[in-house]
Amino acid sequence: MKREDIILTTKQFLSDEFEVDATLIQPGNNLQQTLDLDSLDYVDLVVVIEENLGIKPTAEDFKTIETFNDFYDLVEQRLNA
Amino acid sequence: MEHRVVITGIGAYSCLGENLDTVLESLRLGRSGVIYDEQRKDFGYRSCFTGMVAEPDLNPFLSRRQRIGMHQPARYAFMSTKEAMEGSGLDADFLDKTETGIIFGNDSTAGAVVETVDKVRAKKNTTLIGSGDIFQNMNSTVNMNLSTIYKLKGMNFTISAACASGSHSIGMGYLLIKQGLQERVVCGGAQEINVYAMASFDGLGAFSVRDAAPSMASRPFDRDRDGLVPSGGAATVIIESLESALKRNAPIYGEIVGFGFSSNGDHISNPNFDGQFRSLNMALKQANLTPKDIDYVNAHATSTPIGDSTEAEAIFSVLGSKVPVSSTKSMTGHECWMAGASEVVYSLLMMNNDFIAPNINFENPDEQSEKINIIPSYREQNIDCFLSNSFGFGGTNSSLIIKKFKK
Repeated sequence: MKREDIILTTKQFLSDEFEVDATLIQPGNNLQQTLDLDSLDYVDLVVVIEENLGIKPTAEDFKTIETFNDFYDLVEQRLNA
Repeated sequence: MEHRVVITGIGAYSCLGENLDTVLESLRLGRSGVIYDEQRKDFGYRSCFTGMVAEPDLNPFLSRRQRIGMHQPARYAFMSTKEAMEGSGLDADFLDKTETGIIFGNDSTAGAVVETVDKVRAKKNTTLIGSGDIFQNMNSTVNMNLSTIYKLKGMNFTISAACASGSHSIGMGYLLIKQGLQERVVCGGAQEINVYAMASFDGLGAFSVRDAAPSMASRPFDRDRDGLVPSGGAATVIIESLESALKRNAPIYGEIVGFGFSSNGDHISNPNFDGQFRSLNMALKQANLTPKDIDYVNAHATSTPIGDSTEAEAIFSVLGSKVPVSSTKSMTGHECWMAGASEVVYSLLMMNNDFIAPNINFENPDEQSEKINIIPSYREQNIDCFLSNSFGFGGTNSSLIIKKFKK
């Protein structure tokens, strides 16, 4: 999957799952703050990624992620692994 | 010092209506909330009758995080509690700054558990269940969700006492407030309605298979009754010390004056005259009342052959033959874990509107029910004091006595 497609696809399911305005999901924005994630929400983040992309990152993988760009890097890396 | 305990908020999400106004109308009209559920036939049920409520849309009221830990019991209970809170003049800001407890009755989360287990079976990975399921799966689901949503700071636990859960929740709250341990407690009962919840109960052969209209299936005390009809939803009863209620100028729907309880110590499912007799007498004694003080009995009677006969004998033995009796389960079916709370709400609506709701489908008495005064059709009548019975599997019994509030 190309990076543009990752951005488009994830924007849709992240805004649906976490009920946030899709326009707020921008590469430089902070993932945790934009999606208003608490510790439990990371469990659901893993679930929606698996459901939509078929990959299963762990909660540990999100420790180093700050922006959506970091998130796209992770997804791209896993999809192409 | 003992405190007087009054009821300052009520709400219902019931097959008789999804708010108090509709419920009141149904009670007056003797309107049944029982349907024939085709899904139960396909699922292998022996009986397809059930009370039914719509799945509430909580999106306008709650955030995603608040909603995802809720399955039917908590969703229904939120709706009834929202109505009770609003009617009582309580809001999250006031509750956050005061000490309010919550003791809710609930005794199953079958639908939620089955859905969770199905996910694990499909994915073979527990980390793909999601974060909400655990809070749906636990029996304390109503308490966990409502105490969080309403920021409740007092006593917080669930009563699981089979079909007396809702009644015991009010009784326990009453004792805590009476003793000065709590100022205000949100009580109630919730009952899920889905094919998973009642399948094993249906398998006992306890449900009605009457070949007739759904509204005629539940017929407590009638000679030709052939079993109960399951039902569900939720009801909320907010109780409070009189001092607290007066201080905040809250509406007062009634005063709890007696809570009788007992355990049969006998068979796991069969009713027991002695246990019911002791529960009724204890409530009367605690309220310091005599049988002639009771104006109305809302019976537990579920429409099972043995259960109704036993209760008719107990009512006759303790209260005599004159006191008007009806079972609102004739209209609702058996609301199980919710029933003790919902039937207090129904009875409060009667007491505050001067009528007795009919025991519909009571056409012919049997040997026991002919001894008591069953009201088969709507009757206008003043009620100053009523008694509500709830009995459950395992032989748990509860009897509440509630009076019209007088200063």
